[in-house]
Amino acid sequence: MAALTPISRKPFWLVALMVGGFGAFFGLFIGTSNGSGITGAIVGAALMVGLAWAYINLLKNEPVGRGITFAAFGIAGFAAGGLPTAILGALIGALGGWLIYWAYEGRYRAYLAPYLTWQQVLWHFGFRTICGVIFVFLITPILVVLPLSFNAQNFFTFTPEMLRFDPAGYSLKHYQDFFSNNEWQRSFKNSLIIAPIATIISVTLGTLAAIGLSQSHVPGRRAIMAILISPMIVPLIISATGMFFFYSQIGNWMEGSLGLDKNLVGYIKVVLAHAVLGIPFVIITVTATLVGFDRSLTRAAANMGADPVTTFFRVQMPLILPGVISGGLFAFITSFDEVVVVLFVGSASQKTLPWQMFTGLREQISPTILAVATILVVISIALLTTLEFLRRRSERLRGMSPS
Amino acid sequence: MKFTKTLMATTALTMVAGVAGAADMADEMTIVSWGGAYTASQMNAYHKPYMEKTGVNIISDDSSAEAVAKLRAMNEANNITWDVVDVVASDAMRLCDEGLALEIDPDTMLADAPDGTKASEDFGDLLVSECFIPQIVYSTTFGYRTDMVGDKAPTTVCDIFDLATYPGKRSLQKRPIDNMEWALYCDGVAKDDIYDVLGTDAGVDRALAKLDTIKDQVVWWTAGAETPQLLADGEVVMGSTFNGRLFSAIAEQNQPIGMLWDMQSFDLDGWIIPAGLSPERQARALDYVYFATDTQRLADQAKYISYGPARKSSAPLVGKHADLGIDMAPHMPTDPANAANVHLYDYSWWADNRDDLDAKFQAWLAK
Repeated sequence: MAALTPISRKPFWLVALMVGGFGAFFGLFIGTSNGSGITGAIVGAALMVGLAWAYINLLKNEPVGRGITFAAFGIAGFAAGGLPTAILGALIGALGGWLIYWAYEGRYRAYLAPYLTWQQVLWHFGFRTICGVIFVFLITPILVVLPLSFNAQNFFTFTPEMLRFDPAGYSLKHYQDFFSNNEWQRSFKNSLIIAPIATIISVTLGTLAAIGLSQSHVPGRRAIMAILISPMIVPLIISATGMFFFYSQIGNWMEGSLGLDKNLVGYIKVVLAHAVLGIPFVIITVTATLVGFDRSLTRAAANMGADPVTTFFRVQMPLILPGVISGGLFAFITSFDEVVVVLFVGSASQKTLPWQMFTGLREQISPTILAVATILVVISIALLTTLEFLRRRSERLRGMSPS
Repeated sequence: MKFTKTLMATTALTMVAGVAGAADMADEMTIVSWGGAYTASQMNAYHKPYMEKTGVNIISDDSSAEAVAKLRAMNEANNITWDVVDVVASDAMRLCDEGLALEIDPDTMLADAPDGTKASEDFGDLLVSECFIPQIVYSTTFGYRTDMVGDKAPTTVCDIFDLATYPGKRSLQKRPIDNMEWALYCDGVAKDDIYDVLGTDAGVDRALAKLDTIKDQVVWWTAGAETPQLLADGEVVMGSTFNGRLFSAIAEQNQPIGMLWDMQSFDLDGWIIPAGLSPERQARALDYVYFATDTQRLADQAKYISYGPARKSSAPLVGKHADLGIDMAPHMPTDPANAANVHLYDYSWWADNRDDLDAKFQAWLAK
């Protein structure tokens, strides 16, 4: 993007305000970890303002100034705590050095429209900062888990060896534990059995319900809709208690009158309970897609001699498929992540992955849980990426440009 | 149409896989325990040999923490999915009183010692309830960070209350049991008088006042794994937990942690069999318990975790740790050197006063 606005140098107080805020922010963290947050913030702000003043009035050479900041912060970090803090210090230094000149030269204005008032400029960057902060808060807990899963010890702790990047501090033993431990393997298998079946049931029933409920002639459809999506709104623990008693009766009947195997009955109970939890998601997404569905298409199909079932599969289904698939994904994730209902309804033979993680966390804080979490994160990323590629490919095939 | 066909084929396949998977687990029993290293020790010492001997498949369920509540619900719904349950003695008493556990006659239902001593005599005083089959003696005791206490390693339980010599956080279990007794003991009450003093309102206030002196330095834990984690992190200087957890952190994980055995609080853990099982499941559960609580099996468990076997006849058979090869006897809570000064936790007193003190303790916590 070409520059929109000619830039000019800014007064020092503005630069001081920006870099001072930057210094105070990082100073607060460093200060807090060393005892006093307020002292850290003041020292950080003063240091950054002092550096900015020196660069602007004395040094007057940008590459040297940025180089000095980068190197000095890196060395200070190394002195404080070795390699990891050196990297952290160098990063802060690089960012701080860049910020000083970005503010002083007025570069932040270059790509904005010339007619913006200063409040609008402030909001432009303020908004991006807020977004960035929210992103950091969402993603940091997940990122912290990844290196901890390679811990050579059996605790959720960054050991000194890990912080020194010493290979002895890292190990794959928790991954080995996951793949060799019977309990983990059994619960993983159970999750892979229960979640897909529950998903298929919820997608089938949820799609049918959504199509039925979108017909204007169905009596009491608002009330039916409210009842069908209630599992999403009622606190899970209450649904779970109710389901426990309900499915216990059904289970006793299936074992006693139908003579089914105890384990099979256990699976059926959990699958049905999870399907109930997944249905609201399918109904909501499919109903939303049906809003954009043109009803005259079904009439046109009928006009050409297609029966309703053919019409559904050949005309309606392909058009609402995106809604069905995303509803199915939600239903799958609901079942795959669900721990409360399965704790009530399932017995130990139906122990799913979240159940195993839950008891593992409570009874034994084992990094195997982190290893499993890492594997699941990687699988989720892979799944979403694949879906996105497939979507773009189908759009390309249909001659649309990917959006 | 291709999509639908694939979908249907997948469904059919998963269903078949599920059913086939379920079918080969037909002859199995569910044994409930506490999870972690403890379940692992039972797996090695009891479950594996039993599965080899009988061909029964044992599923372990780590739900002992909510055993009482779940057994009540299962009984209500007439759907008992557990066959044998590992509980602490006080829970066994409650379950027995409510009629949720099977009454056991030790002499006919449990194995005799190898020398012919009857089971009732071999377990002795540890048979605290008609439904309870004792398995291990464990203790709640303290561990401390050896690198955070300087030259003066703590030697008495009262060092917990000494913030001047041992500054820093300490972790205590979030319940009145043990904490109240330790507080009174360190406030100068003689060991024999603790429960007499605690029985009065003034005594309760006195214990809480003593705990008040360290309240803002206490991290309260509810799961046994928390204190080892906090100690490994250096978040706390010292903390109470079950002695087996500390042994695992010290001997198996090589953490810089020391044991403080003074005034350790003994407790019992063992099996109960839920009442109301079908006759064949009950017979199998009894068969399992007969096997798993014989002299050799109880001694075997001590190879994997440092809890003392409940039978007198098992004590001489306690050997070395299965992987580390170290002698296990010195790590048992019952070892004479460790048991020089122990706190005998009074079951019947707590059974009568638990609800009252729980309420007072929670109110104090919230203040």
